[in-house]
Amino acid sequence: MKYFPLIWATLWRRKTRTILTLLSIVVAFLLFGVLETVDYAFAHPGAGGAGADKLITTNKYSITLSLPFSYTQQIRTVPGVAAVTWISWFGAYYQESKNFVFALPIDTESYFQLHQDEFIVSDADMHAFETTRTGALVNTALMQKFGWKVGGKVPLHSTIWTQKNGALDWTFDIVGTFSVKDKTQQGAQSSTLLFHYEMFDEGRSFGKGNVGWFEERVSDPLQSAAIGSRIDSLFANSSNETKTQPAKDFALAFIKQLGDIGFIIRAILGAVFFTLLFLTGNTMMQSVRERIPELAVLKTLGFSNPQVLGLVLSESLLLCLLAAVAGLALSYTVLPIVKEAGLQGLELSAAALAPGIGVAVLLSLIVGLPPALRAMRLNIVDGLAGKR
Amino acid sequence: MSDVIVSLRHVAKRYVRGKQSVEVLHDLSLDIAKGEFVALMGPSGSGKTTLLNLIGGLDTPTSGEINVAGQRLDRLKAGALSRWRANHVGFVFQFYNLMPMLSAQRNVELPLLLTKLSSGQRKTNALAALTLVGIADRAKHKPNELSGGQAQRVAIARALVADPTLLVCDEPTGDLDRKSADDVLRLLQELNRDYGKSIIMVTHDPKAAEFAGRQLHMDKGALLESVTT
Repeated sequence: MKYFPLIWATLWRRKTRTILTLLSIVVAFLLFGVLETVDYAFAHPGAGGAGADKLITTNKYSITLSLPFSYTQQIRTVPGVAAVTWISWFGAYYQESKNFVFALPIDTESYFQLHQDEFIVSDADMHAFETTRTGALVNTALMQKFGWKVGGKVPLHSTIWTQKNGALDWTFDIVGTFSVKDKTQQGAQSSTLLFHYEMFDEGRSFGKGNVGWFEERVSDPLQSAAIGSRIDSLFANSSNETKTQPAKDFALAFIKQLGDIGFIIRAILGAVFFTLLFLTGNTMMQSVRERIPELAVLKTLGFSNPQVLGLVLSESLLLCLLAAVAGLALSYTVLPIVKEAGLQGLELSAAALAPGIGVAVLLSLIVGLPPALRAMRLNIVDGLAGKR
Repeated sequence: MSDVIVSLRHVAKRYVRGKQSVEVLHDLSLDIAKGEFVALMGPSGSGKTTLLNLIGGLDTPTSGEINVAGQRLDRLKAGALSRWRANHVGFVFQFYNLMPMLSAQRNVELPLLLTKLSSGQRKTNALAALTLVGIADRAKHKPNELSGGQAQRVAIARALVADPTLLVCDEPTGDLDRKSADDVLRLLQELNRDYGKSIIMVTHDPKAAEFAGRQLHMDKGALLESVTT
């Protein structure tokens, strides 16, 4: 600690350069924090206890392939299955493709039985929904986002489903709104619009009698894996084999269709840190080059070669750690924004930020070692004469 | 022999620069007594600074023996030589060589970082050294806020703070005006006379050399004469 004032003062010898270097590292670690947390969330889908009693049954080979509606009855017979409902991916947007709407055709009775106590819907709104064939229940956040009103009609464009007349546009009557009880799910449900499966199945020009996936609630979450296996065994060797998995795994698998998220994240971070190595490394080299006579004076005063090496490395470590902590702290503060921006299904965890400190230490060693070795090997007489 | 602080025997120093090898000191022998104030004079390239570097343990001889403050420097390895310098020698340079980002007090504290003194003790000792050289009132100032004479006083305080046996000064007044130079030289004289510090000073300036008790003249890597003033 006694060397800290010296290291600190040296770090700020060229304020502008230090600030600019710090900022570049801060931005890199901000990016690292956000991307690493997203990666962590993908790699640890089991985090959190919510939804542990839910299973999802999809086509074994792809979630884009449908399953026969008739499976419903067979799944209901599986011991441990308390409720079953069925859903299809509607793939909708409002007016422009950027206005994504998470529109789900649902069977009202079974859906709300399965998701009992999860939604807040007034009796009047629920009644209106149940009695209106073209009715839609819309999340309050989505209502606000597009300025929709109850009683209004809303056209949604499906990217998949054509109506019998060939049109991709479907019109719904907004009959009520809903919100979610679990505040942590608010973001995940913020784009949801629920409408009747019956209307959807009758209106579509293809795929009748098929569903996208089944959702089950099990009576004992600890038996989820066994129940899932039992469901899948029912349809083994059929033309539509199934894959049953916990609801969270399904959500993540859905997002992973975009590509190998981990690889993409690592590639971006790799490029960022590769550039950072050159930038910071060059700064450190330049900083030591400018201080050759000063380093020679330290040696003259009796600082040993290892001590001079340690001073330069400590400076590098301090620079990288300061910036890393600031960048990671910033990333933690922006995580809720990232979540809101489109990663609602993911649980973002601060635990994912811990490796950032390790990366900062590694970075400081890589960029600090060449100038530190140079300082260590510096000949005093040459250094005092200003020779590099 | 116990009164001798610096003893050189048949010392030679050869530098190799690229394909060229240059011998800058030839078979040089010299004794300096404890408490002496010696001025090393001679033209540029005569080997004064090289000799000073060897005595101060900044460089090692190509051949010969160097004994300073009871230690054979030519036999010490880099680490031991560093420790020896920290304990026995104070250096004063022509251009002060202060750390620009540290205050005068912090500059003076630098050699004490190598000791086991507490932060408070380091500060006390640094202020005492600054008081001794008459510049305690500028303790919080950075080098660029000091005049040349003041900066050199800070450098002398830094050289003194660890209470070394020997002060090695390389052209300490070379960058100062006459008045400041005389002030610094009087200070060195006082340190020699009142505190018993042995001082070896390289200078081009005959007036500066007059402040020393003995003048050694060098040329072409050899000692020419020794004059007691």
